[in-house]
Amino acid sequence: MQNKGKIITGLVIFIALFTFPFIYRMGKAAPAPDVVLTPKALAAKQCVRSTDYMTAEHMQLLDIWREKVVREGQRLYVTTDGRAFNMSLSNTCLDCHSNKAEFCDRCHDYASVKPYCWECHIDNPKGEKQ
Amino acid sequence: MSDELITADEMLTQIDHKPPGKGWMDTPVNIRKGMYCYASNPKSVEYLGLPNARPWNPMEDDWKLPDNWQEIVHNAFKDRLERFRSFKVFMDICVRCGACADKCHFFLGTGDPKNMPVLRAELLRSVYRNDFTKLGKIMGKLNGARPLTIDVLKEWWYYLYQCTECRRCSLFCPYGIDTAEITIMGREIMNLLGLNIDWIATPIANCYRTGNHLGIQPHAFKDMIDFFVEDIEEVTGLALEPSFNQKDADILFITPSGDVFADPGTYSCMGYLMLFHYLKEKYGLKVTWSTYASEGGNFGFFTSHEMMKRLNSKMYAEARRLGVKWILGGECGHMWRVIHQYMDTMNGPADFLEEPVNPITGTKFENACNTKMVHISEFTADLIKHGKLDLDPSRNDHLSVTFHDSCNPSRGMGMLDEPRYVIQNVCKNFHDMPANTIREQTFCCGSGSGLNAGENMEQRMAGGLPRANAVKHVHEKYGVNMLSCVCAVDRAALPALMEYFVPEVEVCGVTELVANALILPGEKERETDLRMEPLPGREEES
Amino acid sequence: MNVNYIFSLIVVLALFLLAYVGVEAAGLQWLFGVVIPYAAVLIFIGGFISRILSWARSPVPFRIPTVGGQGRSLPWIKPNPIDSPSSSGSVVVRMLLEILLFRSLFRNTRADLVEGDKLAYRLEKWLWLFSLLFHYSFLVVFLRHFRFFLDPVPGCVQLLETLDGFLRIEFVNDAIQVGLPGFYISGLVLLAAATFLLLRRMFSAQVKYISLSSDYFPLFLIMGIAFTGIIMRYFLKTDIVAAKALVMGLVSFHPVFDPALTKSVSGVFYGHLFFVCVLLIYFPFSKLMHLGGIFLSPTRNLPNDTRMNRHVNTWNYPVEVHTYEEYEDEYREKMIEAGLPVEKE
Repeated sequence: MQNKGKIITGLVIFIALFTFPFIYRMGKAAPAPDVVLTPKALAAKQCVRSTDYMTAEHMQLLDIWREKVVREGQRLYVTTDGRAFNMSLSNTCLDCHSNKAEFCDRCHDYASVKPYCWECHIDNPKGEKQ
Repeated sequence: MSDELITADEMLTQIDHKPPGKGWMDTPVNIRKGMYCYASNPKSVEYLGLPNARPWNPMEDDWKLPDNWQEIVHNAFKDRLERFRSFKVFMDICVRCGACADKCHFFLGTGDPKNMPVLRAELLRSVYRNDFTKLGKIMGKLNGARPLTIDVLKEWWYYLYQCTECRRCSLFCPYGIDTAEITIMGREIMNLLGLNIDWIATPIANCYRTGNHLGIQPHAFKDMIDFFVEDIEEVTGLALEPSFNQKDADILFITPSGDVFADPGTYSCMGYLMLFHYLKEKYGLKVTWSTYASEGGNFGFFTSHEMMKRLNSKMYAEARRLGVKWILGGECGHMWRVIHQYMDTMNGPADFLEEPVNPITGTKFENACNTKMVHISEFTADLIKHGKLDLDPSRNDHLSVTFHDSCNPSRGMGMLDEPRYVIQNVCKNFHDMPANTIREQTFCCGSGSGLNAGENMEQRMAGGLPRANAVKHVHEKYGVNMLSCVCAVDRAALPALMEYFVPEVEVCGVTELVANALILPGEKERETDLRMEPLPGREEES
Repeated sequence: MNVNYIFSLIVVLALFLLAYVGVEAAGLQWLFGVVIPYAAVLIFIGGFISRILSWARSPVPFRIPTVGGQGRSLPWIKPNPIDSPSSSGSVVVRMLLEILLFRSLFRNTRADLVEGDKLAYRLEKWLWLFSLLFHYSFLVVFLRHFRFFLDPVPGCVQLLETLDGFLRIEFVNDAIQVGLPGFYISGLVLLAAATFLLLRRMFSAQVKYISLSSDYFPLFLIMGIAFTGIIMRYFLKTDIVAAKALVMGLVSFHPVFDPALTKSVSGVFYGHLFFVCVLLIYFPFSKLMHLGGIFLSPTRNLPNDTRMNRHVNTWNYPVEVHTYEEYEDEYREKMIEAGLPVEKE
């Protein structure tokens, strides 16, 4: 085989790069993180929308809330089952989900998502010690 | 030129580069008169020991193939895939991006979509997919695969002899796919069935026996050169004494036999004789010609790698027999691709020769230190650079010159500036053609790779159209009246092309221009150029 | 109507439906989420290696670079080291420019007959531009996806995400919400470039004429991958933590069969994944192998120095030649008569 050395080296590099994710874990499992719900969140049972919706689309809901509050001056959000909420990340969301590290961050870190919420909002508006 | 040939204007107006609606696989080949070369003379094929020598005619239905021709093709295809990485890779990786489509002179000149390089290759690839790939076998026509039928074979023959192996497409291909390589393999395979053309087969048979394509026997070769010697005496008043088959010579000179035979190559041949005479008189350099290796060109290259090697072997064999220091090669296109990219690999190492040094200037030709063969333009450029030639460029004042880069010296070798340097030192009026038509992007003369016959004149003119078009441009813009080149096929082919498209422009070799300007020691005042045409402004003085 | 692209389009649509219905109706998450992805990776790796080795097994008998510039010659003539490389360093540069910047394609011109009888060549950079955009955006998209393949996610992948997302397009009203999650340039560029390449194939007469269904199929497939990805990110969002958990299950060899996870990602995800698997399986058997083939192209990866350095043909064999002795034997008398020197008088 002509140019054997170069071709085999190239192939090894290519395969190593391609299979890097398999090598990176070395067979160690990396399951989805467990999200911790605070007692208050557990007690509430239902967020402002269904859990499925909130898991996939919460960022969209927050975006719309921000638009309504900041641009349109509306603060009242009424759920489909008639419950009313103040559209506020700090005062409503974080009221139940006061454990950012175990609730928000775990998934965001796992999926490498860096929400810019915290560029403006403090993550612990009540100043509770954790 | 044939009476039936359409006019240049008709040819230009009927070109349509838009392919038809019907797919190419559903369009059967239409072998058209004027677009192909005659089948080979069985005697030539037999002399060379090539298979299936018999008279046949491409226009007839029965091509008189061996019964197991499909098996022969399949096995030959397989064998070449296993021996040439180029062929195998090029069969697999084309993405049909179409960048090559309008780079081919035959496509530009004919508008025949099967002259797009990609389709020329697809003619073979379609069979490759059918015979050698899983996906092709399963998917068939949907995946561009088709079995090898007699019609497919005829299509191969027709279109592989409409490729001049110029490699312009390869320059533009993002993967470097080289249609020349595919044409070379295709022609090799077809030769195993006896599908050759006479314009290639007979020159090879001649070359094998007599040492040159034209079949000139040794005594006749000397006679022809002697004839040039007489002409030179008439022009310069000097009687030259060229040497043949001389054993104590420094350098063996090999050039295409076409230059010994037909105008305007003959003037370049006279140029070589005058240059060597000058170097002998002035510096004592001994250059000899060989009658055994009297062919620089190698039409074997257009038949098979084996035939190329069989013919090329004479160069080293003769250099060894004569005991010269190194070999100097004349102006020729494909000859130089063979020498530059193949010769040492096939017939080397040339360890019996010395690393070429120009004894007059002391220049070591390091770029040729292994193959030990130097191009006449490299040699002349070196002499001029060191001021070793007495030149009177004003003798070329009546000429306005442009330079046609031959395909092989440019894309197979990279010799672009040497001939230009030489030309610009021996004549004052030089104008290059537009950038997209010269140097590495140069267009073929349309008659390369053995297609320089008389019966395929329409094909040759169509193939030469892009070149002629560029010449016409500089003719109209700068008044160019001389198309120079460093290729014997060009010198044979371009005059007809010029006559057809730009009749005001003549064709010459670079060494002819050199010899016109070269002041030989003791020569008489020249009144004519090498063509015996009076030098303007000099007739009255004498 | 062209059977080649209609066929390819139908196949790609059918592939999507197969995966979608397979998981949504038949509950075949284990098949589309575990078995097929593993098989695809194995076939890709095995197929890729065997294709490269099949090329490598064929020798390179001659050194046949396509020379694209002045070769190395006399010392005072300036060579073009990139297009006519004479050293291995120059070859590496030529290959890098070819592979990373598509240098040959950059040369592309378009020939037209103007004023009836003049052939004119103009620069034609669109193919080069969109090919480059296509390949690089595909690369960025692929590397960006490493956030789903790696845990923890390395900083370089996060940096790439940041760079790719630097265009913040935000638009919200009652009907449409754009901007969260952040917009990635690469995805849209990939889809746009693939669309350009497709339209070129469908409407440029010459390219249409040479195109096979095997040219349309991978384009549709890649457009399908980009389209389903974009859909999942911006429109029909899926639970990406669950999606990553499934993928991490694969790469860590702990495949996930737990219905709580496998069913919490949408059918679109499985369609997306299945497209990628089909691409991986198809890859080694198709023209997509130009990825590896470009490295082995003898007209590009060899130096233009054969007169300077010997190239050996491993299968060079002796051939029948016509020797000088045979030649002289035939013509001796004529040679002597003409005064030409001979070996044997």
